Amino acid sequence: MSLLEVKDLKVRVEEREILHGLTLTVNPGEVHAIMGPNGSGKSTLSHVIAGKPGYEVTDGQILFRGEDLLEMDPDERAAKGVFLAFQYPVEIPGVATMNFLRTALNAQRKARGESEFSTPDFLKKVREVAKSLNIPQDMLKRGVNVGFSGGEKKRNEILQMALFEPAVCILDEMDSGLDIDALRIAADGVNALRSPDRAMVVITHYQRLLNYIVPDFVHVMSKGRVVKSGGKDLALELEASGYTQFEDAA
Amino acid sequence: MPAVQETVERVKRIDVDQYRYGFETLIESDKAPKGLSEDTVRFISAKKSEPAWMLEWRLEAYRRWLTMTEPTWARVNYPKIDYQDIYYYAAPKPKKTLSSIDEIDPEILKTYEKLGIPLREVAILEGVEPPPGGEPSANRKIAVDAVFDSVSVATTFQKELKAAGVIFMPISEAIREHPELVKKYLGSVVPTSDNYFATLNSAVFSDGSFVYVPPGVRCPMELSTYFRINERNTGQFERTLIIADKGSYVSYLEGCTAPQRDENQLHAAVVELVALDDAEIKYSTVQNWYPGNSEGLGGIYNFVTKRGDCRGNHSKISWTQVETGSAITWKYPSCILRGDNSRGEFYSIAISNGHQQVDSGTKMLHLGKNTSSRIISKGIAAGVSQNTYRGLVTAHRKATGARNYTACDSLLIGDKCGAHTVPYVEAKNSSATFEHEATTSKISEDVLFYCTQRGLSQEEAVGLVVNGFVKDVLQQLPMEFAVEAQKLISISLEGSVG
Ligand SMILES: Nc1ncnc2c1ncn2[C@@H]1O[C@H](COP(=O)(O)OP(=O)(O)O)[C@@H](O)[C@H]1O
Ligand SMILES: [Mg+2]
Repeated sequence: MSLLEVKDLKVRVEEREILHGLTLTVNPGEVHAIMGPNGSGKSTLSHVIAGKPGYEVTDGQILFRGEDLLEMDPDERAAKGVFLAFQYPVEIPGVATMNFLRTALNAQRKARGESEFSTPDFLKKVREVAKSLNIPQDMLKRGVNVGFSGGEKKRNEILQMALFEPAVCILDEMDSGLDIDALRIAADGVNALRSPDRAMVVITHYQRLLNYIVPDFVHVMSKGRVVKSGGKDLALELEASGYTQFEDAA
Repeated sequence: MPAVQETVERVKRIDVDQYRYGFETLIESDKAPKGLSEDTVRFISAKKSEPAWMLEWRLEAYRRWLTMTEPTWARVNYPKIDYQDIYYYAAPKPKKTLSSIDEIDPEILKTYEKLGIPLREVAILEGVEPPPGGEPSANRKIAVDAVFDSVSVATTFQKELKAAGVIFMPISEAIREHPELVKKYLGSVVPTSDNYFATLNSAVFSDGSFVYVPPGVRCPMELSTYFRINERNTGQFERTLIIADKGSYVSYLEGCTAPQRDENQLHAAVVELVALDDAEIKYSTVQNWYPGNSEGLGGIYNFVTKRGDCRGNHSKISWTQVETGSAITWKYPSCILRGDNSRGEFYSIAISNGHQQVDSGTKMLHLGKNTSSRIISKGIAAGVSQNTYRGLVTAHRKATGARNYTACDSLLIGDKCGAHTVPYVEAKNSSATFEHEATTSKISEDVLFYCTQRGLSQEEAVGLVVNGFVKDVLQQLPMEFAVEAQKLISISLEGSVG
């Protein structure tokens, strides 16, 4: 059984169709890259998979390990192992990052019928992961993403991904706004999480990120459809020729 | 004897006579007759065995009240109150005695559970008592212990306070036992003529607390601990007077997070604080009165006058309030910064959900030199509620170097509620520095989605965001209550999204 299957998905926002029948199949251990110009519907796809309200699915299916994901609330999907690293992580003033991480992790564990982490175990785990991502302890005491630099916000997303150990990680433009050093740290963090039972969907506008996170498959999206799929070389091809050749195909 | 004095004496005699002959049978009853008249005032005073001067004080307030009209400037709407259709005195009714925890309404038990209040304390708060005779069952045993406990705990506290010289007793007792203190300070911060509701309270107040902390004494405990176990049902017209003498300190907590119901719809309390030189009073309130049902029927109207007088130099008064209950809240805890270098603080969390209406804020009146004040107000509106911050900061001509910082933040949950900020500022001298910041925000879909994507339920997400929003104020509460108040906030917003 596939881990994640998006079948002929049609999505509307405010009466306008954004995704026009999109299909994507992701198996455990695979890394898929989704590339496409701005406005092609990449973020929309990631939001609909994660369950953001405000999107109307008019046709198609999303299955997660064979289960109908569209029937589940966002928190249920999270507890099942769907993780979305946001293109624009929000700020939550007054809520210390550490507190947020713990509340979220324990909520997921509880939903799965697992015991809550004890405080020492939790702290140990967070410190380990934070260290590997070059996240200072001090940052964890601050409000969630409040006053974080672009790079810090993205690292905070990857920190959460590492903590929650999801089955499917969707990374929406994690390279945007990062300089080369920050990008390398973030990519190393992601690569460390690659494993035979985990899949990743890496959404990006630029080929650059894929030098660091090397995908197994590349899909090109344009105007709400996947217009071409291939191996990692497709990304290089795109880099050379640009997206315009696909505009018409869509 | 000067004429005035003579009149006073005569009036006193009349009062005493009336008491002696007119009230005998009435006094036996537990309830004053419905409605408000001089007789009602006399009845209450007699019930409390008050000295003549106290009765006169009340009567003066009553006569004054007759000349006043109910204020209408607050942003609250309610049907006209018929003041003749209210009972002004009822002997504190013991709650219906329950013989085991099992008899408590499961809904109420659920709330306690969410608040994390231990069962034994729930037993006390809900008035569970052991049945007369008979072998106590497991459940009953908890109740028995709890009741015994509360008595012994209270006694221990009393001993400790006495050793420190702190007077802490019902105000009705203080009127009899410490008349010189009460005469000197009662009405000295909130005069009997102050405002419609305060004047009403002055005429008919039922009971409340009296605290006097002698010079140089740091009150050895949070007066909250004691309060929570003992002082319930003080009635609808509560009167509190706290005096911190020179160089003393006291922290007082009123109310509790436990859900409070009362058959009386109208509540009009008065709280007066007096801080002398170098003294500090910290007054915290958690208010969780019944807010009414989902249609907005039956909640408590809470019209409160709270004022602190920083009478001495270098004195400090700090108000912290968490307001989650009541159908209507009309409340402006204020500070008169009379002493030079005195300081006033106001930290507030006011939550309105359902059909609740909150009009609350503070007044900081700078009279002395180099006085400073700080206002941190967090209003949260959900449902179809209306939440108004109303504040006044003034600097007197002589209040050179007065400083104020005000931050009013409002958070809206949903789009049918309203938040309003009405700040008045008046500086009569040019050396005053007043800073004001105000924000209004909504809990955005994006923030909620972010949290739910990380595994939190919709309600957990709202609770988390809200608690982040009010954190600065929660930190001002005594530790034990901060934790409960935090849970209370989440509970009071349940069902506000989704
Ligand atoms: N909430 C929304 N309301 C209206 N239009 C939207 C909304 N979200 C996205 N769109 C539109 O959907 C299209 C795809 O957007 P998006 O998924 O963000 O693309 P990408 O992430 O590939 O840049 C765009 O034309 C965008 O304007
Ligand atoms: Mg996007």
